[in-house]
Amino acid sequence: MDIPANLLYAKTHEWIRIEGDLAVVGITDFAQGELGDIVYVQLPQPGQTVDKGAAFGNIEAVKAVSDLYAPVSGEVVEINGALEDGPEAINTSPYDQGWMIKIRMANPADKDDLLNAEQYQATLGEH
Amino acid sequence: MKTALYDIHAALGGKIVPFAGYLMPIQYPRGIVAEHRRVRTTVGVFDVSHMGEFFFSGPDAEKFLNWITINDVSKLAVWQAQYSAFCYPDGGMVDDLLVYRFPDRYMMVVNAANLAKDRDWVLQHLPKSGVEFADRSDDYTLLAVQGPRTRDLLKPITGVDLDALAYYHLAEGKVAGLPAVVARTGYTGELGYEVMVENRYGVNLWEAIFEAGKPYEVEPIGLGARDTLRLEMKYCLYGNDIDATTHPLEAGLGWITKLNKGDFIGREAILAAKEKGLTRTLVGFVVEGKGLPRHGTPILKDGITVGVTTSGNYSPMLDRGIGLGYVPVELSAIGTELELDLRGRTLPLRLVKTPFYQPQPVS
Repeated sequence: MDIPANLLYAKTHEWIRIEGDLAVVGITDFAQGELGDIVYVQLPQPGQTVDKGAAFGNIEAVKAVSDLYAPVSGEVVEINGALEDGPEAINTSPYDQGWMIKIRMANPADKDDLLNAEQYQATLGEH
Repeated sequence: MKTALYDIHAALGGKIVPFAGYLMPIQYPRGIVAEHRRVRTTVGVFDVSHMGEFFFSGPDAEKFLNWITINDVSKLAVWQAQYSAFCYPDGGMVDDLLVYRFPDRYMMVVNAANLAKDRDWVLQHLPKSGVEFADRSDDYTLLAVQGPRTRDLLKPITGVDLDALAYYHLAEGKVAGLPAVVARTGYTGELGYEVMVENRYGVNLWEAIFEAGKPYEVEPIGLGARDTLRLEMKYCLYGNDIDATTHPLEAGLGWITKLNKGDFIGREAILAAKEKGLTRTLVGFVVEGKGLPRHGTPILKDGITVGVTTSGNYSPMLDRGIGLGYVPVELSAIGTELELDLRGRTLPLRLVKTPFYQPQPVS
């Protein structure tokens, strides 16, 4: 299972990549593996704000529907439109082509609560 | 509990989940959609050993089965199988099941989730003499081999004349040298056979089928694809589409409900419901938009709840959300447009002819 060292992780299995004041958000390799075949993704519109820990969208997989939780608060500045017709990118490339939204962080300290790769890996041991 | 094939499922990377008291694979590493397509294009193998097997023999076995099931057991020829159900006196359903007739006995295959309830139901109605009943659910390994290339796979490893074995018929014979019962039944709509052997032969049977299936890229299929395959065919799943609160006519199972065969448990109530006229009926629908209905998803008309989804998921063959649900009879015509309330999001749906998918004919 792939857990890149340069990302930060939420216990709810989202990752973020910091790009200046932006946080790029997706779900982890573990999460996509648990969900299985992803069919649809519901994402917010650019301009909407999201709150740390609150649902910002959901993923419909054949197995089940799952909420997506924002790892940080802020304004959505961009969404990955390619997921509209190609949500399977989340399965095949969770950290790259499967990215979901970019958030302009309202409070950069939000990220201090997130886990590094090693800590995230440790949470999976509980499964 | 574990089936005789548990270690194989685990070694193949199956995702194991608890199901009806058994640890069963919900999917293997390639995933539900790939497994689904495998069954629709060549052949896949399901371990359905968790299902229950009841045996009935004795002079009054036919009479008893005709009293306790809703289909007409007297119409069953030796080596023939029949889809049927147990109903409560009020017409609600105890379980759906298959009855198989052997020369000297009947076998019944029931849902694993209902096994204890079904056994109690049988024992509660069993006459003091004339019928011998045995629950041998723990003794057998049952593999469903399903898909258009199934016959090509099995032919070289069985003495059973598969060309002569008609739909819903069975035979005894050897498969891979092992004593087996082969029935041309299944839950996918595809050409398929279910092969039953004693547990001690289970692993050998599995290995022989996978060896013989290499040319057809045979794959193991989990419970996830079992559900999406049966959904595309509008085959009912007990606990989803049928249960103690549904009667067989509204579930579209009038074709197995033989109201003229003589008395049986539930007949009076089902007849009364029929004479009164059905109020709701099980329909199939496609979602017009991006979203998947699930068991319990409300069905609306002009914003008002008129029905409920009983099964719903993604159809790999139609590449869209499909579902089954109960709607009022007056809203059940094919082409009717209604809505789904998907967790607060409203999406249009359209009632369609079922099955949703027509398997390719195999000569």
